[in-house]
Amino acid sequence: MKEFEYVRAATVSDALSMSGVGDTAYLAGGTNLVDHLRLGIKRPDRIVDISRLDLGGVEETADGGLRIGANVPNADLAADPLVRQRYPFVSEALLAGASGQIRAMASTAGNLLQRTRCVYFQDTTTPCNKREPGAGCSAIDGFGKYNAIIGQSDQCVAVHPSDLCLPLAALDAVVHVTGSDGDRKIPFADFHRLPGDDPSHDTNLVPAELITGIEIPPLPWAVRSHYRKVRDRASYAFALVSVAAAIDVSGGQVNDVRLALGGVAHKPHRARTAEDQLRDGPATAEAFEAAIDAELAAAQVGSENAYKIPMLQRTVVAVLQELVEGANR
Amino acid sequence: MPSAQHVSVRLTVDGQDHELELDPRVSVLDALRDRLAITSVKKGCDHGQCGACTVLVDGRRIVSCLTLAASYDGADVTTAAGLGTADNLGDLQAAFVDRDALQCGYCTPGQICSAAGMFAEAEAGMPSHVTKDVSDLGQVRLTPEEIAERMSGNLCRCGAYCHIREAITDVAKERGQA
Repeated sequence: MKEFEYVRAATVSDALSMSGVGDTAYLAGGTNLVDHLRLGIKRPDRIVDISRLDLGGVEETADGGLRIGANVPNADLAADPLVRQRYPFVSEALLAGASGQIRAMASTAGNLLQRTRCVYFQDTTTPCNKREPGAGCSAIDGFGKYNAIIGQSDQCVAVHPSDLCLPLAALDAVVHVTGSDGDRKIPFADFHRLPGDDPSHDTNLVPAELITGIEIPPLPWAVRSHYRKVRDRASYAFALVSVAAAIDVSGGQVNDVRLALGGVAHKPHRARTAEDQLRDGPATAEAFEAAIDAELAAAQVGSENAYKIPMLQRTVVAVLQELVEGANR
Repeated sequence: MPSAQHVSVRLTVDGQDHELELDPRVSVLDALRDRLAITSVKKGCDHGQCGACTVLVDGRRIVSCLTLAASYDGADVTTAAGLGTADNLGDLQAAFVDRDALQCGYCTPGQICSAAGMFAEAEAGMPSHVTKDVSDLGQVRLTPEEIAERMSGNLCRCGAYCHIREAITDVAKERGQA
């Protein structure tokens, strides 16, 4: 591990003034950063410890949504009664990620900033444009099982690893950040980036900018929501594909639906094409299948990740059917 | 290469207070093992993937490898050695012995700390990935399925899993959490 200077921030303004000089990294839960320090993926000159900042709490907002502090541990967010009862798929997504130990450490904001588990990104002996811009991509012609199928570029085919980000994308969450130019709110759809010709940046945060919290707007029908993750083993593994869905049905018709897909792209993929096709139509397996087909029409697969298409189709149909059947019980 | 910076770190480990001057790169795991010679905590993968280094910090289970000790200044750490002694085993330790839930034994301290953390989480009503309905805020029952999922961050390569699950189930029954 390369040497670095360690400093501890007592306040948010402390943290901002301590960062932005040279290559600085914020440390919260550390579950991804410390691993990257050890692997040599991240080599900062200074680490600003933000784990003691007063950025906790899950609170109801005036309009009936929730505001989640950046430092709330994943385990606490998953167990929060308001989250469990109003947005069950947020809780389910968190519980599908990592292990009990890691969920007790990992922070909400850190979850948004965790980096791809593309095997070449993780292996510093191989070229990777995300680690080292211009180095080349080992994954494009390499081991392709986990590669993206939507929005990848000739520079990067890595997928975003977070589970939590899928329901947050489906819910149109808003990321509250602060930086040297003051506070701003970033809609979730604009928070993460597709790789394009600069895969080294996963998000649209500017250097030293700090996430202070996440706001989830009210969505009363999200009580009928579900997150399902398909993976190589029953627990403690990243997704091959995953689906976050919420649906509002009455009289066999879809009034509204939210759908986000994981394991498919460089960012959490909001399936807007499928949503638009389903809204005001029949809540049937055939309609769900046609909608996900339309969503994936533009997907581009190779020989090793072609399985993701039928896996996504079946998972989406199964999740939506389950939600609709639950509504009819 | 020696580091220019040293950080003062206070840790309470199994009831004993320690003051350390550490390179900021040192993990809680390495501080315990290499600086304090507390070897009841084991280093496995050093990347958070195996759970061998699990300890309790302020009562919550963490993997001590994915930490910087500097960030844990003031922490109250409990290792498996803090949960009982050879003459006076804790209930989890006794159950592991009774059920032969340890073969090479290397992962055992982490398994026991993880189980202790898991019991506290269940008592606090925290759901898991196999909880049927997360919106149900009722009491958590530690069924064999729940125990398997909640212990999945700890890998054992000897194949003692069934015995580990049985040992923890015994304790869950004794404590009325099964």
